[in-house]
Amino acid sequence: MNNKLYGNLIFELSKEGRKGYSLPRNNYGDYTVPQAMRRAEDAALPECDELTVVRHYTNLSNNNFGVDTGFYPLGSCTMKYNPKINEEVAALPAFQNLHPLQPQPTTAGAQAVVALLEKALCALTGLAHFTFKPYAGAHGELTGLMTIDNYHRSRGDLQRKKVIVPDSAHGTNPASAAVCGLEIIEVKSTAEGLVDTADLRRIVDSEGSSIAAMMMTNPNTLGLFEVHIPEIARLIHDCGALMYYDGANLNPMLGVCRPGDMGFDVMHINLHKTFSTPHGGGGPGAGPVGVREGLQDFFPVVSPYHGNFAVLLRAYAYILSLGREHIREVGPLATLNANYIKESLKDVYQLPIEGLCCHEFVFDGLKDKLTGVTTMDVAKRLLDYGYHAPTIYFPLLFHESLMIEPTENESKETLDGFIAVMRKIAEEAQTDPDLVKSAPHTTPIGRVDDVEAAKHPVTTYRKAGGYEHV
Amino acid sequence: MYKYFPHTEADLQAMLQKVGVAQIAGLYAQIPEAIRFRGDYDLPLAQSELEVRQLFERLGAQNRQLTCFAGMGVYDHYAPAAVASLLQRSEFLTSYTPYQAEISQGTLHYIFEYQSMMAELTGMDISNASMYDGTTAAAEAMMMAVAAGKKAGRVLVSGALNPKTLEVLRTYALHRGIDIETLPVRDGATSLADVRERLAEGGVAGVMVQQPNVYGIVEDFTGFAEACHAQKALLIIDSVAADLAVLKTPGEWGADIAVGDGQSLGIPMQFGGPYVGYMCCTEKLIRKMPGRIVGLTHDSRGQRAFVLTLQAREQHIRRQKATSNICSNQSLMALYVTIYLSLMGKQGLREAAELSYAGAHYLCDQLLATGRFALMYDKPFFNEFCVRYDGDTAALSRRFVDAGFLGGVPFGEGLLLAVTEKRTKEEIDNLVKTAAL
Repeated sequence: MNNKLYGNLIFELSKEGRKGYSLPRNNYGDYTVPQAMRRAEDAALPECDELTVVRHYTNLSNNNFGVDTGFYPLGSCTMKYNPKINEEVAALPAFQNLHPLQPQPTTAGAQAVVALLEKALCALTGLAHFTFKPYAGAHGELTGLMTIDNYHRSRGDLQRKKVIVPDSAHGTNPASAAVCGLEIIEVKSTAEGLVDTADLRRIVDSEGSSIAAMMMTNPNTLGLFEVHIPEIARLIHDCGALMYYDGANLNPMLGVCRPGDMGFDVMHINLHKTFSTPHGGGGPGAGPVGVREGLQDFFPVVSPYHGNFAVLLRAYAYILSLGREHIREVGPLATLNANYIKESLKDVYQLPIEGLCCHEFVFDGLKDKLTGVTTMDVAKRLLDYGYHAPTIYFPLLFHESLMIEPTENESKETLDGFIAVMRKIAEEAQTDPDLVKSAPHTTPIGRVDDVEAAKHPVTTYRKAGGYEHV
Repeated sequence: MYKYFPHTEADLQAMLQKVGVAQIAGLYAQIPEAIRFRGDYDLPLAQSELEVRQLFERLGAQNRQLTCFAGMGVYDHYAPAAVASLLQRSEFLTSYTPYQAEISQGTLHYIFEYQSMMAELTGMDISNASMYDGTTAAAEAMMMAVAAGKKAGRVLVSGALNPKTLEVLRTYALHRGIDIETLPVRDGATSLADVRERLAEGGVAGVMVQQPNVYGIVEDFTGFAEACHAQKALLIIDSVAADLAVLKTPGEWGADIAVGDGQSLGIPMQFGGPYVGYMCCTEKLIRKMPGRIVGLTHDSRGQRAFVLTLQAREQHIRRQKATSNICSNQSLMALYVTIYLSLMGKQGLREAAELSYAGAHYLCDQLLATGRFALMYDKPFFNEFCVRYDGDTAALSRRFVDAGFLGGVPFGEGLLLAVTEKRTKEEIDNLVKTAAL
């Protein structure tokens, strides 16, 4: 991209008096906003014609990488294909133009979608009720924990303020607990990467009456199925606490296992992962929370309406498209894809835990530790070859975590291409390590200086001194 | 075979062989049989794309699209066609959080623009990369004030706050152990005397007011910031984003935190979401701010570049000590707002707001002229106002619906009516005719 306007901020393309809009005439007569109400100066927004704006954002989009661009093996994010029909459904004027406070009889279709999606999610999870208020996965976690907190409060069990999370858990779990006013107890993982049930028993024995819930994913963040889940659920229930399922890793369970049957009482689902609604560069998602019969009375009000309703439309369209017969193929195919990559690369990348994984798995960097090439370098070099990088440095159990999740939508050819490139990078690490360490080379920008950004934060055009030049 | 699954029988066999498992079912051999799901999901059979489309069209036909005079936090503004069109660029739509800056400059770049625009609109120093919606942004602001206030656990909120916001605040406050107190509404507005009196009792971390308030009234916050700061409390102003094109800004009122919903910046009403919450604050509070923040930096080749910054505040680094549990923002909706503001620009945003103001005042005058309506409070308003009807308000609302109007939102003993630039004089005249029947 060599266009000289490329890379500008929209403010830098602005020229006084230019317009990118047209409005109807004001034929109401003389109604003017009184001076006393007014801001001193107009907001310093850009002034651009329509084509300039369209080109600017089109060019910006070219600087991005989406699932539609190429393979996106970002572990724990389930970057599956986002079908186009779902976008058309969400854009139907009959849903887009609905005000959330319209009288109920005028929104029957929208309410029907919510009810149908609830029924479908209940069938898929083995739980009894869902609330659609949470806007995202983290918001769902918070909502689920509030539900649990409300439940214990209703029983006068006010001392139950601790949540057990595995040490492999995603950072949102403890953060959500903290926002909910709860404390964290970390349970250790075994060398096999699973919850250490002996450690859990010790925690339950000493803290039992203060435990509100155990919060976990299954499969866990290593992509491993927690085979002791029935025992874990028994231990937790016996001490009067509830089981919370973080739905981040629900995808490989479609067609295989339902959280309700595993013994979970409360869960959230990331509709933008398992049910294929677009991630949108980091939202909007949706994090509906499901519960066992009886717990629905404890749902908190965490948003005014049905959460991100247009996301619900997409998720239901996806479920209908796959239907009863194909939705059960999702988990097995995602799992096969992950295992295929793992088995094809484990001779050159360090696989800390052998055995079958589910939808994702974690390498602990390159097998050859002498090259000095880190996980960060491998990730950046992948960008040169046209792949999105896997999730890196998470989970925290290993120093050089490289977490790969391919999803069910990727073909054998795509996986083979990725495997070949990963092998090539492993080879480059030995023959030309500097090439890898200085990657990426072909992207629009090189590695960025994080330290400069954090040390002297410049987060607006004004702070950057922009308006001084205008 | 299925359209989203590319695996042929030969592919499956080759892959299974590599994995060392004879059949797909063998991939889950480790799972205890007792918890395996062996049944059939209680779901419809797979629907063709045509059938999916038809089903949603049928469901959509069960809704009624009404000419909207409702507001109460959600407004029917118009967005230029280019906004929705650009939003479908799949490089934006199908990407994730911009962790890999080198291939995410598109997202990072527009978030920087978004932050810049929201800071200008609110008159504040900085903005984060967006929040879920206005109500959760308000809740985050409340928690931020309490965190900044060290030991203070009381938060005063205006009684003229949207009850939808208040309900969400109460939810968060209950679990967080924050003590919310509502300030009385005096003649449709928050009173400085009340604020001063409660502040003087001590222990107040923040005071939250709304502009325009739930009655649509434009409040005068003169002296609020001084009163708050004298007691080490933060002033939080929750504003309707679009109205800030014209109204005195939270920055001008001396607010420490500005929050609100960005839906009024042209985002479709879509039955409640997705919208976008915004949060702006003073430079001083930057490290207390929740959510993603994009900063300017340079790359290894010396080029200007953008990157997620100050991540030490966030959940993936700080875990339970993070400023919030929020991970994703509402990125695509922030893009929506950014493109909308780029097209409307300085002048267009102001003109749309002035047109809304004029329409609302025209409607109000026409309704008062029927002799059957009176303003709930005779105070300056912007594009929304609250009237009392001398008949049965519920019956009136039904009559509006029968005539194809969403004729406001019943609120207490009144009716809240809002007008945007999308409404025409003819529509207003017809609404008034229906009201006068």
